[in-house]
Amino acid sequence: MGKVMLEVNDLKTKYVTRFKEDVYAVDGVSLKIEEGKSLGVAGESGCGKSTLALSLIGYYFAPLHYMSGEIIIDGQNISGMKPDEVRKKVLGTEVAYIPQAAMNALNPTQKIIRFIEDVIQVHDKSLSKKDIYDMAVERFRILGLPPEVLQKHAVELSGGMKQRTVIAISTILSPKVLIADEPSSALDVTSQKMVIKMMRELMEKGFIKSMIFITHELPLLYNVTDDIMVMYAGQIVEHGTAKEMVFDPVHPYSKGLMGSIIVPEEGTRDVQLEAIPGTPPNLKHPPDGCRFAPRCKYAKPECKVYDVPEKEFEGHRMYRCIYDVDYLKEAYGRNG
Amino acid sequence: MAEMARELGKSVLKGENITKVFGYGKTRTEAVKKVNFDFHEGEVISIVGESGSGKTTIARMILGLITITEGTLLFNGQPRDISSGKKRKEYWKNIQAVFQDPFSSFNMFNKIDDLLLDCINMTGGKHKSDKEKFDMMTEACSFVNLKYAELTNKYPFELSGGQMQRLMIARIFLLKPKILIADEPTSMVDACSRATILDMLMKLRDEIGMTIIFITHDIGLAYYVSDSVYIMEHGAFVEAGPAEDVIIHPKADYTKRLISDVPKIYGEWDLSTVG
Repeated sequence: MGKVMLEVNDLKTKYVTRFKEDVYAVDGVSLKIEEGKSLGVAGESGCGKSTLALSLIGYYFAPLHYMSGEIIIDGQNISGMKPDEVRKKVLGTEVAYIPQAAMNALNPTQKIIRFIEDVIQVHDKSLSKKDIYDMAVERFRILGLPPEVLQKHAVELSGGMKQRTVIAISTILSPKVLIADEPSSALDVTSQKMVIKMMRELMEKGFIKSMIFITHELPLLYNVTDDIMVMYAGQIVEHGTAKEMVFDPVHPYSKGLMGSIIVPEEGTRDVQLEAIPGTPPNLKHPPDGCRFAPRCKYAKPECKVYDVPEKEFEGHRMYRCIYDVDYLKEAYGRNG
Repeated sequence: MAEMARELGKSVLKGENITKVFGYGKTRTEAVKKVNFDFHEGEVISIVGESGSGKTTIARMILGLITITEGTLLFNGQPRDISSGKKRKEYWKNIQAVFQDPFSSFNMFNKIDDLLLDCINMTGGKHKSDKEKFDMMTEACSFVNLKYAELTNKYPFELSGGQMQRLMIARIFLLKPKILIADEPTSMVDACSRATILDMLMKLRDEIGMTIIFITHDIGLAYYVSDSVYIMEHGAFVEAGPAEDVIIHPKADYTKRLISDVPKIYGEWDLSTVG
C-alpha cells in the first residue's frame, strides 16, 4: 500500500443563500488517494462535483462555507485554514487546481512566461527571472510542448495548446495532488487525447503524485483513472475501480449512469439506452432517507424514511443503498 | 438501433455542388467546397467533423439563414425558393432546427404559452378553439415529460437548461416539420440527459416520419442514432455511407484518426497516436 496523499474524512460544506436556505452541496464525503493513483469523479450536472473540488483546495470564499470534516494532504491538515493562508502555503505546491474553462481565463495581455513567474514568485521570491525561464523551458520540453509558447500570448494559441499550457503552468511546482475539473470538455477529440496523454505523462514522470479527475464523460474516466467515484446530490453513492464501476455497477444510480454511455464500437448500436427518469433533487431541501429514492425503480417505502449508511463490500468497494449487493445484482439480471 | 434500419423513402433534400465562400480577395475562405448530399424521407443523418470543418455552415445554408454561393439545393425535387418572405415562411414550416444553446433560442419577451401558440398558428391552427389549442399544448408538453400547468405564464429564463431543451422538442412536436436540423443538441448536457433527449427525438421521428440531420462532433452519438454518416474535413466530405460501414470499418485516413481518438470501453485506446 502506497503512501496516502490525500485523505478526506466526512467533509461537509454548504452554500449560504439568502432567506436562510442553505444548500448542502458536499454532504459527508470521505475519500483516500494513494501515491501514484488517480480518482475519477462522475455524476450529473449539479450533483456537487465542482463544489467538492473547491472544498478540497480550501477555497472558502462566500457563499461557500466550510462546516466540518478533515482534509489531510500528505499528513498536513488544511481544513480550517484561512483562504489566504491556503493560497500561499498549499495551492501550487501541495495541491493544484484546474477549474472549468481555465484556458479562457488567461489574461490576453500577458505572455505565458509571466503566469509562470507569478505562480513561482508567490512561493519562492529568491529565484531570478532567468532561473524561472530555464525551469519552464525544461518542463515544457519534457512534456512535449514547444518552448516558444512561453513567449506567446494566450490568443496566439489553439484551444488544445492553451489547455495543455494551463496544465503545465498549474503543475510547475510539482504539486502532490492535481484536481482537474472538466479539463477536456470544451475540446474536440484529438486535442482531448493530447491533454489526456500529457496528464498521464505528468503522473509517470512524477511531477504530480496523485490526481482527481472530474468529468461526466464516463468512457474518458474509464481510460484515465484507476478508481471511479459516483456522486449524487452531494454524497458518494458508489466507489470502486474503473473496471468494476463501468462493467459491474451496484448502486441503481451508477447502473443508470453506465446505461447512458455511448461509444462508437461494434455492437453498441443495438443496446437500448437507459435514461434515468426525473431530475436531481434540489439541495436546499434534499429528500429524506435515500436521496435517489424518488427516481429509483427499485425503491421501497423504507428508502424514503431511513438514512442509508455507506456499506463496504469486496474489501475495497463502497456503495450507499438499503439493499444487499446480491439482491441488486439479481434485480438487474431480471431486468436484463 | 440497427433493427430500425429501413427502406429509404424518396429524396427530400438534395444538394448538388454546394459551395460557400466567406470574404473576398486575400481573406477569401471556402468554408464549404462543392459538397453533394442526398437526404431521404425518415432518414437520420449525422454530419460529423471537428470544429471549423464547416458542418454548421452547411446547416445554416440548408435552413436558409445564409445564402448559397454556388450550387443547387433541391427540396422535394424542386429547387428551393426562399426569395420572398412568404415563400421563406412556407419553407420554414417544413424545415426546423434545434440548437446547442437553448438559452439563446427563445424570445425572452414571450411567455411559454405564446411560444407554443405561435407554433400552432403557424401550422394552420389559427381557427381552432381555445380548448383545442390548450389540449394540443398539453399534449406537446406531456410528450417531453413536462407539465403544461407548471409552464403556463412563465418566461423562458425561469426554466432550467434541461427543461428548455425539452421545450424546444415540444415545439417540434407541434410544428411537425419534414426535416429537423439538430445542431449539437446534446453538447451542453450530461450523458444522462443526452439519453433522454435522443430518446425523444427518435420517438418523434417514428411518430411523424421526419428526416433528422444531426450536426455533431460526438462520434458515439452519430454511430448510435444515425442511418447514414457524413464525415467532414476542411469543408468537404471525406467519407459518407451507412453508419456501420463508416464508423466501424472506416476507409479514409481522416476518419480512422478521428475514430481512434474517441475514448473506448471495450477495445484498447491507443494514446501513442498523437504527437
